[in-house]
Amino acid sequence: MSDFVMLSLVPMTIAAITCLSCALLGNFLVLRRQSLIGDAISHVALPGIVASFLITGTLAASAMMIGAGVAALITVVMIELIKRLGQVEASAAMGVAFTAIFALGVLMLEWHGASGVHLDVEHALYGNLESLIWFEGLGWHSLFDRQALADLPPQLARVSWVALLVVVFLVVFRRALVIGSFDAEFATSIKARPAVVDLLLVVMVAITAIAAFEAAGSIIVIAMFICPAASARLLTNHLGQQIAWSQVLALISALLGYVLAGYGPGWFGLDMSLSAAGMIATLSGLILLLACLFGPYRQRDGAARA
Amino acid sequence: MLTTWLEPWGRALLFGAGYNTSLVTLGAMILGASAGMIGSFILLRKRSLVSDAVSHATLPGLTLAFILMATLWGDGRWLPGLLIGAAASAAFGLWAVQTIRDRTRLGEDAAIGAILSTLFGFGVVLITAIQSMNVGGQAGLTGYLVGATAGMLASEATLITACALLLLVAVFVMRRAFLLVCFDADYATTRGLNARHIDLIMLMLLLAVVVIGLKVTGLILIVALTIIPPVTGRFWTDRPLRMVAIAALCGALAGYLGVTLSSVRSGLPTGPLIVLAAFLLFAVSLLFSPRRGIVATLAAHQRFKRRVHLRQGLLALARDDAIYDDLTLRVLRRRGYIRRDGVATPLGASAARDAEHEERLWALYRNRYPDEAAQLDHQGLVPINSALPPDTVITLESDLQRIPGSVQ
Repeated sequence: MSDFVMLSLVPMTIAAITCLSCALLGNFLVLRRQSLIGDAISHVALPGIVASFLITGTLAASAMMIGAGVAALITVVMIELIKRLGQVEASAAMGVAFTAIFALGVLMLEWHGASGVHLDVEHALYGNLESLIWFEGLGWHSLFDRQALADLPPQLARVSWVALLVVVFLVVFRRALVIGSFDAEFATSIKARPAVVDLLLVVMVAITAIAAFEAAGSIIVIAMFICPAASARLLTNHLGQQIAWSQVLALISALLGYVLAGYGPGWFGLDMSLSAAGMIATLSGLILLLACLFGPYRQRDGAARA
Repeated sequence: MLTTWLEPWGRALLFGAGYNTSLVTLGAMILGASAGMIGSFILLRKRSLVSDAVSHATLPGLTLAFILMATLWGDGRWLPGLLIGAAASAAFGLWAVQTIRDRTRLGEDAAIGAILSTLFGFGVVLITAIQSMNVGGQAGLTGYLVGATAGMLASEATLITACALLLLVAVFVMRRAFLLVCFDADYATTRGLNARHIDLIMLMLLLAVVVIGLKVTGLILIVALTIIPPVTGRFWTDRPLRMVAIAALCGALAGYLGVTLSSVRSGLPTGPLIVLAAFLLFAVSLLFSPRRGIVATLAAHQRFKRRVHLRQGLLALARDDAIYDDLTLRVLRRRGYIRRDGVATPLGASAARDAEHEERLWALYRNRYPDEAAQLDHQGLVPINSALPPDTVITLESDLQRIPGSVQ
């Protein structure tokens, strides 16, 4: 069991916290039909990181996150510019911006690929949850050992702070967020400033995606922004309950997914380990499938009952 | 330094860099053209990002086909097999997006995002399974993520070129039916077309383009080829079929530039270069397109602003009002309507009288025909003779003479 604390406890916790904070924001993205902004932002995190490495020459976490943040900002601005100045439809503008920036990132990466940097496309997509080992975690008692705790992977603290930030953001702006999600015109009329809240939401999505990206890869981020919230939307008509359900489903996907990826093959006598990030995303999709098939509120109001 | 780049690039541009490179260049051009064409119809339907879901959904099928072939024959790299697998799982993804969109309360964006991330995640799980399976040729799979044409076999390049050509012909044949369904599905139905079937064929062709393009630009970037050239085409024309043609041209040009440039040095990735070439064409169009480009829009705005200032300045001269606005003064001075000290020149005085007279005619017109006047753009800014038919102007003139007090 001491194995578990050293190898699995930290990755599982990070996965769970990441999933919870992404799913929390995802509720509002799904309601506003902006789900794909998370997709766009997590695609451009890679170019940002590569660019920051080429400029600063370090792989320090702070430099990487600033790079990813700048890339996210550039993307959002670019999408708006293309949309406004070119009169291009929103989803097409998004497609133009993030694919071009992603292409630039891959080009920069391959150009310098020969220098043997530990940075590659697959790593960015799958994440490296499994490598977040707590070397000092020799057993459960290490949880109370101050010296061992100091050795925890720094990603844990980072995602926890971000999760806290997300919760604070939602509590502070809950009224404006809810009104803006359901009726933007009403929100404008009562001076709830939906545009400002919109922008803040995108900023929070970017911060969460970037923090999660470094620890868990981008695929898990995209899945968690959408799947749990979408599933929860099919289960209830009440926003509070929807948020609660999304949290429960995200937690189930994270924990069960990690266990299945790490220990699942062993149960069938296979000697392999599967990508935890991929498994978590897959599970969240399966949950959505179940919700689509059996969710009590799966249809639009007024749609013919099947 | 520059010549070491330009020389081999020039050779590749003229199809002189070897049989394989030339074949791949041709294939990428045809692929770009067909992606641009089918993408235009998808753009007109405002469903551009569906191709994002389709492309990510290819991964599980690709890896499953690899696993199957590896266990059967020991090597899973046979391209047609991989593409069939990819097409099958992409079709499943497409069906799932359609079903979620049509049958549940979730929006299309959520459907696309959910399918894209879930199926891609499942594909990643399968890739890690392959990595621990200890079979040959695994490295070839990662080439499908970002594209790899450097080590492409001649047979593979031929297959891709032939399929792309077939798709090009198919889109060309179907273009009128697609257009009809894009703009007016109900009318298409009355014409005897089955709109749902046409829609399905459109999406199937999109799927085929994405699958064929996997090996060239990679899974993530093939999306760009179906979005960027159509958006570029939209800048240059308002006529849909012309837009489709321009999109095809842009796609082909992007493929041409990208592949030839990547053949210059080993290690230059093809997919990103194709996409960046496409983006360059887009950026140029965004800036310089004569009808919707940023430069043209800004210039038109400037012209409009000057016209307003000129008009208001002349009316102020006619009323003997003082003018304070800098731009108005500048516009008037440049035309020679006022002197440096702001006093009207004879030329300016006569122009001001004309402007005032015209303003009266416009006011009368607005008074007589309020509905028609509301339909006109910028009434009062264009010379009335060019905006209204001559007999209307003559009637207005004679009416104006008759109203007492209006003649100076």
